[in-house]
Amino acid sequence: MIWGVLQFPGSCDERDALHACEVHGDGARLVWHESRDLGGVDGVVVPGGFSYGDYLRAGAIARFSPAMEAVAEAAADGAPVLGICNGFQVLCEAGLLPGALLRNVELRFRCHQVDLIDERGGELLSIPAKHGEGRYYAPEAMLDELEANGQIAYRYAEGHNSNGSVRDVAGVTNERGNVLGLMPHPEHAVDPLTGSTDGLRVFDRVTQVAA
Amino acid sequence: MLIRPKEGILDPQGKAVERALPALGFEGIEHVHVGRMVELEAEDPERLGELCEKLLANPLIEDYEIQAL
Repeated sequence: MIWGVLQFPGSCDERDALHACEVHGDGARLVWHESRDLGGVDGVVVPGGFSYGDYLRAGAIARFSPAMEAVAEAAADGAPVLGICNGFQVLCEAGLLPGALLRNVELRFRCHQVDLIDERGGELLSIPAKHGEGRYYAPEAMLDELEANGQIAYRYAEGHNSNGSVRDVAGVTNERGNVLGLMPHPEHAVDPLTGSTDGLRVFDRVTQVAA
Repeated sequence: MLIRPKEGILDPQGKAVERALPALGFEGIEHVHVGRMVELEAEDPERLGELCEKLLANPLIEDYEIQAL
C-alpha cells in the first residue's frame, strides 16, 4: 500500500502524515497540489494545516487544485482517501464528503487530546485534536441520512466535543465508505513517543473498507 | 458580494459581538451576524452567481447577495 500525501501552500501536517503512512503502509510520497497525476499511489491522504491560509473558508481554495481533480477520480474508483483536519475541510468543500466545518463554537483554537468513539463497534481512540474551525455541521435531514447509512465514522466521547459539532460528529465517510474525513489528527498518534498509537486504527479503517 | 451565515445555524461570532455591545454602551441591538464581503470588478456580471455558488460562498452554510456598486 503506497500512499500519496497531498501538499498545498500552507499545509503543515503532511510530514507527519508521510511518516504515519510509512509506519502503517509500505511507503508514501508527497504529491504537490499542482500535479494532475497522483503517480500510481494506492491511497491518498489530504493532510492538516492551513492551505491558502484558510482564506475565504478553510479548504475553499485548495479544493480547486489539479491534485484534487485526481483525488476525485481516485475516490470514484474506490481508492482509500483520508482527509485529516484541513483535509477534511477540503474534502467537504469539494463535495467528496457531506457537510461542512465551521468555526469552533467557543471561537478558540483548541489543541488537546480527545477520545473518539469508532461508531462501528464503540472502540475508544485517543487522538490529538488541534483546530479552530472544526465544528461539523450538516442539516438535520442530512444527518439522519448519514446515521441511517452508517456514514458517521467517529464521534467525540462524552465531554470531549470542544468545537460544538452537531451530534458530536468528529468524522464521516462517503456513501461507499472509501473516503473518510475527521478533524482530529491520527498522524500524530502512531508512535508511543507521543502517548498513543490509536491513529493507526484510523489508517486501518480507511484501508479496510476500500479493500 | 455579501456572504452571510445561513439563518438557523449558530453564529458564535455574531453572538460574541452582540454580547459585547452593552458593555460598550450600545443598547437595543440584536440579531447580530458576522459575514464576509468580497468586492470585485467583472466585465461580465452574468457568471457572478456561479462564482458565488462555487467559490465565494458555501451554499450549505451561507447565503449570498450580489450588489452592483
